[in-house]
Order: sequence, then structure tokens, then C-alpha cells
Amino acid sequence: MSDMAMLNSGAENPVDEMVLLRHRNIPDIDQLSVYLSNGGFAAFEKAVREWAPAKVTEEVKASGLRGRGGAGFPTGMKWSFLPDKIWPHYVVANADESEPGTFKDREIMEKNPYQFLEGLMIAAYAVQAGTAYIYLRGEFWPVAQKLDACIAELERAGLLGSNLLGSSYSLRLYTHLGAGAYVCGEESALLESLEGKMGQPRLRPPFPAVAGLYNKPTLINNVETLTNLPPIIKNGAAWYRGFGTEKSPGVKIFSLSGRVKRPGNYELPLGATFRHLIYDLGGGIPGGRPIKAIMPAGASSSLIKASDVALDTAMDYEAVATLGSTLGSASVIVLDDTVNMKWLLQKTLAFFRHESCGKCTPCREGTYWMSLIADRMASGKGRSDDAALLGSVAGQIKGKCLCPLGEFSLTAVQTALSLFPEDFAA
Amino acid sequence: MPKLVNLTINHTRVTVPEGTLIVDAAKEAGINIPVFCYHPKMEPVGMCRMCLVDVARPVIDRATGQPVLEADGAPKLSFGPKLETACTTPVSEGMLVVEDSPKVTAARKDILEFLLTSHPLDCPICDKGGECPLQNLTLGYGPTESRFDFADKLHHAKRVPLGELIFLDRERCIQCGRCVRFQEKIAGDPVIGFYQRGRKLEIQTQTQPGFDSIFSGNTSDICPVGALTTADFRFGARPWEMEAHPSICAQCAVGCNIVFNTKREARSEGGMAIKRVMPRQNEAVNEIWLCDKGRFGYHYLQSGERLTRPMIRQNGELVPVSWETATDTIVERLKTGRSGLTVLAGGRLANEDLFNLKRLADAEHGKTLFYTHMGGGDLTGQVGLAPGSNLATLGKGDAVLVVASDLHEEAPIWWLRLKQAAARGASLVVLNPRATRLDDFAAISQRYHYGRVMDALAALFAGEAGQVLSQAANLVIFFGSEGLGVDGSQAVAQACANLLIRTGHTGRPNNGLVGVWSEPNAQGAWELGYRPAKNLTAELAEAHVTLVAGADPAGDDPALAETLQQSEFLVVADLFMTETAKRANVVLPALPYSEREGSFTSGERRVQRFTAALPPREKAHTEAMIAARVAARLGLKIEESLPVVFEKLAAETPAFTGLSFDRLAETHPQKPLLSREDLYYSGTAYENTAGLGCTLALTGSPAEAEPVTPELPAPVENALLAVPITRLYDRSSTLVHSSSILGQRMIGAEVWLNPQDAAERGLSAGAEIEIHLKSANWPVKVVINADVPAGAALLPRSVGIPAFELAALEI
Ligand SMILES: Cc1cc2nc3c(=O)[nH]c(=O)nc-3n(C[C@H](O)[C@H](O)[C@H](O)COP(=O)(O)O)c2cc1C
Ligand code: SF4
Ligand code: SF4
Ligand code: SF4
Ligand code: FES
Repeated sequence: MSDMAMLNSGAENPVDEMVLLRHRNIPDIDQLSVYLSNGGFAAFEKAVREWAPAKVTEEVKASGLRGRGGAGFPTGMKWSFLPDKIWPHYVVANADESEPGTFKDREIMEKNPYQFLEGLMIAAYAVQAGTAYIYLRGEFWPVAQKLDACIAELERAGLLGSNLLGSSYSLRLYTHLGAGAYVCGEESALLESLEGKMGQPRLRPPFPAVAGLYNKPTLINNVETLTNLPPIIKNGAAWYRGFGTEKSPGVKIFSLSGRVKRPGNYELPLGATFRHLIYDLGGGIPGGRPIKAIMPAGASSSLIKASDVALDTAMDYEAVATLGSTLGSASVIVLDDTVNMKWLLQKTLAFFRHESCGKCTPCREGTYWMSLIADRMASGKGRSDDAALLGSVAGQIKGKCLCPLGEFSLTAVQTALSLFPEDFAA
Repeated sequence: MPKLVNLTINHTRVTVPEGTLIVDAAKEAGINIPVFCYHPKMEPVGMCRMCLVDVARPVIDRATGQPVLEADGAPKLSFGPKLETACTTPVSEGMLVVEDSPKVTAARKDILEFLLTSHPLDCPICDKGGECPLQNLTLGYGPTESRFDFADKLHHAKRVPLGELIFLDRERCIQCGRCVRFQEKIAGDPVIGFYQRGRKLEIQTQTQPGFDSIFSGNTSDICPVGALTTADFRFGARPWEMEAHPSICAQCAVGCNIVFNTKREARSEGGMAIKRVMPRQNEAVNEIWLCDKGRFGYHYLQSGERLTRPMIRQNGELVPVSWETATDTIVERLKTGRSGLTVLAGGRLANEDLFNLKRLADAEHGKTLFYTHMGGGDLTGQVGLAPGSNLATLGKGDAVLVVASDLHEEAPIWWLRLKQAAARGASLVVLNPRATRLDDFAAISQRYHYGRVMDALAALFAGEAGQVLSQAANLVIFFGSEGLGVDGSQAVAQACANLLIRTGHTGRPNNGLVGVWSEPNAQGAWELGYRPAKNLTAELAEAHVTLVAGADPAGDDPALAETLQQSEFLVVADLFMTETAKRANVVLPALPYSEREGSFTSGERRVQRFTAALPPREKAHTEAMIAARVAARLGLKIEESLPVVFEKLAAETPAFTGLSFDRLAETHPQKPLLSREDLYYSGTAYENTAGLGCTLALTGSPAEAEPVTPELPAPVENALLAVPITRLYDRSSTLVHSSSILGQRMIGAEVWLNPQDAAERGLSAGAEIEIHLKSANWPVKVVINADVPAGAALLPRSVGIPAFELAALEI
């Protein structure tokens, strides 16, 4: 595979062997027998047989693993928030993967499902949950079918069910399909949807770790986050810290898309540069055109204006922030000089208008209004003050929304207007 | 006592209990923070973002845990990065809330501008215009110019019937969710909900028939815009054109506090008319809620069919005469006859009427009889609720028993209040022959066979439920008349009274016996000494002069009609030409309570005052006045002025000692604090400025007594057991019939059967059949209901079928 070759020839922290996208090294790892013969479930077995739940949490804390769903919150710390006075605990795998430009969880679940499931099982053991759910966006129904088959396989193999591996620990897994809403990736909306209610965010506090699914302590982790767990438990925190940076340790899958020659998922240590991803691995821009901007976190990104400094910036949680943006779920969308920002905003705002759940006023009304203005501008019917109006409406939404979705809707707008004013000249 | 927290809002310092939300704390300080989605009766949701305020908290030194001080010694405060929603943020010690800064004012303008982008701006034709939070807040904070193209506005349906009572205007809805939350959390009827998402979010009904809830009207009060309008008031009047007259709902024994909004209008020939009924806050009675019967069932009060002139029978015909002639006719009869006046009064009459009629009867060596289908009121007078009682304060450690009553149907607001008490932790015990909506939140719910209530009560008291009830800190017992007549309910009341006495649950606030009467002043009638006849037919047959007021025995029972037909001399005072009135020698047009003042005593023994909402229609008189006029002609002195009558009543009736109309008009601040200045806070319910009423004192020392259990009807082969039940949308003794608004919900003559019993008789739902009861045939419609016990045939009262106690019924 050419990606592999590129990856392995990477300059910084080369990953010799895939940690997450192991199917790229090992054919048929989506078969339980193959997964098992390649060390599968050794980590789960080690945890259940040899480790107390708290020790698992400690190890994950020590690894420095941070949530891959977007916020980058330290995973082990999140686990320790679940109170041990309130039971039962639940674990939910967030497989909603709806951020435009993000397509990493799907590859994991389709191609390397057992590693993800093993990770979910380790998390469940760590917080002593007897039931875990996998919440998938509705469009992922074939993925759900695949996971259901894997879960059945694990039950047959005695790896799921009661008294696992001779211990007193029992666990069951269930998949649940949403109806296809971006907002249901937001953890509290996800829980509402999982409970069979309308997918709208809840007020926080209380946080899901204390009062989540059915008002019980609930751990929610992203699919990729969970997929990191088996290697961490198997090889230890120190091994994991051998990848990435001090504050952003480990490996990460970058979903590369947009104006690049070789879009796709690339597993890299955190801290690899944009240049490495876009040019060394992604093959650069078609036709050798100049790069204009980068959206490192999908449609929710603040735009990064392309420059040598930007391209040489490390892709980790801290460094991307210095560019005024966020790493988010690391869905890197590349824009070249053919992309006009009016067009870009029209597309992103159409997305947010469509996905706003409507619960709170500024997002419901603001995304609709911004999208109207952006449509007008993109269709050439814009007015001289439309850019100013758009910026004003975005500013008016900012800081007033109930959940981050509304706040996400304006980051591209505000940065496009300030970084590329020439695109909006009437 | 919860811990108190000190904070500053703008420049005002307030001290409130820990856990108070900023928005409510501000209210205490007299500062109205604008809200749309927040409602003080419901959990906050933080949806509309109208209540954003700037919040600063003391900076705490991490090392010492102590507040950091400024140079001047004041605690150092730090504002958060964003504005916070005052409706979701609880207060904390030392907090500073700024809600009058340019930043906050700008945020309000921002949110309002957003809301207005999708608003039709049709205030000039909107029912809410004039009492609309969106309108008021736009005036206060909104943008003066629109930056949103009017042509870009989305257009939605403006007349969506959610049910036949409530209409939705989709363009006006601001998606605050108050209506949805009210229905789900307060009314317990999650029958409406949101559909779609984002800008497409819309309210829809989720039941068939639409908006299937008996509390639906409340949503139009709390809707902060004109999106929910009632079939009754829609396009009926502009709020500022109307007068507000405090009154009391007369549709059941709860005694909800209301306001009649009236207006002069051409349709009423230039006269004043009631345009709508609105809730008036009384946290001890109805809070700010009403049931739909109370809200929409008032039309009879201004019906064109009302009696307008006195009539006397001449040559077999009733002919209009003057009041003098009518009064003379009665007086003559009283003077010449062998004397004796029998007054038969219903619980619809005001205390003042009952008192004056009793004085007249007493003076005339007569007697007063109470027309009721239910007994036990002598006991509620002795072991009823004491002053200081408030169902809203029942909670953990307290218990409530409900026997033989479907409260959701018979006294909706009591049902609502018990639902809340249960949610606060009170143990609800229900004893009823069939499932009712009390079971949803009952701790213990037991069934019995109709006719076996006394055994069931004894078993209940002896069992686990008995423990719960005896050991409760406070115990309230509601008893009704499901399947029971006067004697049966009297026996139930006695058994319950015995338990209360035995377990020390009497004479204290929040303890005692409550009768689920059907009429607004049944309790008042009992308190004033009115008692049901042991044998009404015999009493009426023996009477020389009979005066029937506020009751229609002939309409309820053909046997009584027969008796009344034979009356020596029958006088009827009523609003309508009832079956009884048709048989009268003298018919007197009475004044409805909306056209006079007076007082009712609720089932909780709260005496509450109502005022005249409309000028009296010509030629009608109060029953109190009728008694006074007749008395005057007989040379007796009975007062006419109602406040004076009440004073006299209070002086002569121990339970009423010390009460006067002025006392009943006293108020004290209630939480949540409402005012019409900030309609957005809690909706359009009226603040109570006209009086909260007073609970009657308990007099005498109650003693246990052996209940007298009535005999069961002899079993008849193949017969079903006819069981009288009380339904909400019945004819309420002929009162609600002229309410066209509730027309679709009104029940007619019907019989409820268990599916098995119906199948055995080859009956399907809706079939029109005849039943044989009390040696007569009655046409009824079949209703099949799985909750009806086998062998029982449920007959709603007050629809013209003489079902008063258990009886054999053949189909
Ligand atoms: C609008 C919105 C959409 C989100 N979508 C996703 C998603 O598709 N998948 C995901 O894992 N997290 C998503 N998140 C983040 C989740 O709320 C949550 O933080 C995450 O699942 C936690 O897992 P982690 O700690 O493993 O990252 C979203 C958050 C927001 C505000
Ligand atoms: S910000 Fe948008 S998505 Fe989030 S609650 Fe508000 S309307 Fe819903
Ligand atoms: S109908 Fe009224 S109460 Fe219901 S959501 Fe709309 S604005 Fe709010
Ligand atoms: S509960 Fe009773 S008093 Fe209250 S509004 Fe309904 S009918 Fe009237
Ligand atoms: S968000 Fe506070 S009132 Fe709506």
C-alpha cells in the first residue's frame, strides 16, 4: 500500500507498525481468529484477570491518552469522575462520526472492529459497567450489522457475557442506530437519543459522568479513543508515550480531504506537521496549485491561513491552538486558491443550518440567517453590506448557545471574514 | 431550614435559600430578568437564552481556600468568560449578578432580533397582543429596525387545530417548549411535542383526538407569545379592552380562583359579556392552573336560555308576572297553608343564600334539606382540614388516602396537587374498584368489588397500607362516591373519620377528611346545617310548600318528578327552566354567581369570595334576596345585603366565627411572585389581589362511631350491577349544557361495560341500546372499557339516568 510506504518514510516519529489501523498491516484482522492470533484480547484478559479496575484507569491516565472525539479531554481522568456510590455505570462508544471531513471511526469499525470492541470492553471493565452501548449515526447501518455480528461472535467465544474469563465480571454490548443527526455526536444529545427521546443537548451540569444515561453515571468515549486502549494496556503507558509529544502523547488518525491528491486516513504520531501530512503523505495539491487555507477540524474549524509557519506547525492539541484554531477530531480539509470563501461559507453554513437542533434561539435562528446571507453572497446577489452583516450575526451568536454546535457554526465565518477579506469584496 | 446565600444583583443585596436560581433571586429583589422558556413552576431548560446575565464570583485562593481580597479589603470578583443564563444558574455566596449593563442589554437585543427574524409581527391581530412577553420585551430591549429581509421570512400554517380547544399559530411559536413541558411534567399528559429540528422545529399534537388533555387551556396562559390560542377566546377581544373580576370556579369542589374577563360588546347588544376565564393565583388552592371544564364551561352563565322573569301557574300554564305578584303568591300560600316550608337546596348556592333560606325555613317551622348524591359532610365538618392546610406542603413522611373517587375526572386540580405531593415524596394510597389515573403515582393501589368498600377499607387499614397511613406525619383522606349513594358514602366517610381520629390525624393543619363533592359549595351547605333527607320522596310528598333552589330533582329521577308533579305547592328558583321548574307553581329567575357577590366553601373548607363580574340581568334575584323578600312580607327581618348576611352567618355559625368579606379578601405575598408587569415570568395568570380565602375552624370534639353499612341490592339473575360514577364532562346538573366549546367532550347517556360482558351480550362500542333500570327503560350508548370490572355497568351521573346507588340493571 502506497500510503504505508509514505507513512513509514515519514521524517518525524515514524510509526513502524500501525497501532490503530492494524488492518493495513494484517489482512483479515476483522476475523476474530486472526485478531486473536495477533495478540487480540490479551489486553482485556490481562485487565480482567490481573488488574483491579482502578489500575486500568491509572494506566490510561499515565499514558496521557486524550479523547479523540474532538475536545481532547484526558481519558483516564474522565473515567475517574464516575462516582462509585451510584450504580449502575454505563459506557457508551460515540460512533456518531458526523463532522464533515471525519471518516476515521468508520474505517476502524469496518476494518479493525475487534480492537475497537476490545477497547470498549476494557473501558467498561475499568468503570465496572455491565452494559455498554455503541451509538452509531443512522447512515452507519451496515457498520452496525458488522458490529452486531462481531458481538455475537464474541459471545460465542465466551468473551462477552457473564462471568468473563472466570471472573465475577459480566458485560453485554449493544449497538444503537441514531437517525442521522450531527448534534447527536454531542454527548448529552446522544444520551437523549439513546434513551429514545428527541436528540437535543441537555443542560450541563450535571455531566454524564455523574448523571448520564437514564440519569446514571455514564462514560462516553469516541471510537478512536477506545481503540487506543488495547495496545496501551498490553504494552504499557510508557510505550504509548513513546509516540507523540509530551502533552499530546500517542498516535492519531488524521482524515485528510479537500484539495489534495491522496485523501484518506493517515495514522501518525501527534505532533507530525501539516506539511508532512498534506505534502509527504497526501501528495500535495492537484496541479501543484498553491494551498490557501486549512480546516484542521472539519466544518467546525477556525480556518488556518496557509503559510510556511502554519505548514510547519505540529499537529497536536497545543500547537494548533497557537494558530488560533483547534485540532478537534483531526479532519484536515485542504483548500487551494480555487476555493472562494463565499462558496466555502455557503457550504458550511448550509450544513449547520441543516444540523442545528433548534433547541436554543441563537443557533436555530442564527444559522438559518447566516446561511441565507451566505447563499445570497455565493449566488452573486449579495449586497455591499452582506459581509458585514454576516460577521455581525456570527458575533451575535457567539457565546450565547446552549451547546457547542452553535458556537462551531460561526468559527469558519469569523475566520474567513478576517483572514480573507478580499474574497468578500463586493 | 435551607442554608441562606447572600448575593448582589445590580446594586441590590439579596439573601435567598441555597439552590435558588438567579432569575428567582432577582425577582425577590424586585428585578425582572426577561425570560421566555423559563417558568417558575417548571425545571429550567436554558433554551431561549433570553435571560443571559453577567455573573461574577469571588476569586478563591487555591492554596488557602480563602477568598482573595482587593486592596480595600473587599473580596476580589471575577466575571466568567461568557454571559450565563439566569434561569439555569443557581446563586452562590458572594456572587455579583449584573443585568443592567450595556453588555447584557445588547445580548437581550441580540436574542430578540433572532426571535423576530422568524416572527410574523402580526401583533395587531394577535390575541396575545397587549399581554405578550415578546411584544413587551421587544419594546423594552428589541432592535428598532429589522436587518432581516421581510421577503425571506418563512411562512407557516397560522391555524393549526391541535385539538378542538387549542389552536397553534406556527409562525408565532418561538419554540420555548413551555407547552410541551407543562403537558409532560405538570399535567402528566405528554400529548404534544416537538417535531423536526432547527428552524423547522414545530409543535404538533401526538394524540388522537388531538391535544387529549383536560388541562390544555393552561398552555395558552404560559405560552409567551400568541402561538396557542383557545377556541373560546381566539379573536374574541383585545386584552386591554377587558375588565378583570375576581371569582371562583363553580364547576367542582376544588374552588379554583379565577378571573372573569369581561367586555362591552355589540354582540351582546351593547352589554357586558364574559370573554374568558383566567386563573388567579392561589398557591393553596389551584396555584396558577385551571382544568378545561373550569376554563371553558362558563357559557351557561350568559346563556340566552336563562330565566328572565318570575312566573306563576295559572290555568295549568306558567305565565310571567312581576316579582311582587310572585312573592305575594308564595307568601299567601305560606300564610294560609297548614304552614311548613321545605327548602331543598343544591350545593351550587352560595353560603349567603343557604343561610337566608335556612332562616326563612326555621321561621316558618320548616326544614332544610340538602340535595346531594353523596353523604359524609357532617364528618368533614368535624374532622375536615384545619386552618393552615395546604396540599402543596404535603411531602415526605405524609400520606394521602383516596377512596372511591376518580379524582382526575371529579376534581382535576386536586389530582394535579396529589400528583405533585407524591412527587415530593408523600405516600399516596388509592382504594378504588377500577383503575384511575391516580394509580400512576400511587405507592399502594388496591381494588375491591363494587359494594364491598367497607370490607376493603377494613382490610386496607389492617394491612401494610394501614401502617403507612397510621404512621404518616400528616394524613389527608379524600372520599368520593364511586358506586356509592348517600348512605354508602356516609359509611365510608365514617370509617375514614374513625381512622383519622384513632391515629391522631385530626384538628391539625394538613390532616383530615375531604369530600369529593360535585358542587362548589356542598361543604358550605353541610357546614350550615343542611342534611340530605333520609327518604327524599317521602319528604317531598309530605311537604306543603316546597322551595327547590339550585337543584333539579325531577330532571335527575323520574320518581322524584312524579312526586314533585303532585306537590301541594312548589316554588323553584333556578337559572333555567329545569324539569323541576316545569312542575312548579312559582318559578323564580335566580342570579348566576357571575352577576352577584357571595362566598363558597370548598371541599378543603376554604371559604372564598367571588365578586360580580357582570351587572345583574334584569329581574333576577339572588336566593338570599328571595328569602329576604318573602320574609319581609311575612313580617320577619332577614338581611338582603350579602356582606351583612355573611356577617350574620359568621356570628351564628361557630366554624365561621370571626370571618367577614373583608377577612376573605386578605392576601399575603405568594411564591412564585407574579405580577402583570412581567407576564413573561409566569404567563398570563392573574396575581391575587382580591383575597386568598380562609379555612373554617374546626369546632366540637369528634368521636368515633360505628359506620352504618347500607344493604346491597338483591342479586338478579343475568343482571349487571349498575354503578353510578362521576365524570368530568357530564352535564353538571344541567349547567354546562350550553357550552358549545366543550360540546365535543360532553358525555351523553352511556353505559360502560367490561369487554367480556359486552361480548357476551353481543354489544359493540357505540351501540345504541336500552337498559332496564328501576322498572324503566333508558336509551344509552355502549362504551367498552377494560378497566370496568366484570359484572359492573358504569353509569355516569348527571346525564338523566337515575343511578344514585348500586342497583340491578338489565340489558
Ligand atoms: C456538535 C458536536 C458533535 C460531536 N460529534 C462527535 C462525534 O461525532 N463523535 C465523537 O466521538 N464525539 C463527538 N463530539 C464530542 C462528544 O461530545 C464527546 O466529547 C466525545 O464523544 C467524548 O469522547 P472522547 O473523550 O473520547 O473524545 C461532538 C461534540 C459536539 C459538540
Ligand atoms: S447550539 Fe444549536 S445544536 Fe446546540 S442546543 Fe442550541 S440549537 Fe441545538
Ligand atoms: S407554542 Fe408557545 S409555549 Fe409552545 S413552544 Fe411555541 S411559543 Fe413556546
Ligand atoms: S378543578 Fe374544579 S374548581 Fe378547578 S377549574 Fe376545574 S372544575 Fe373548576
Ligand atoms: S434560557 Fe433562561 S429563560 Fe430561556
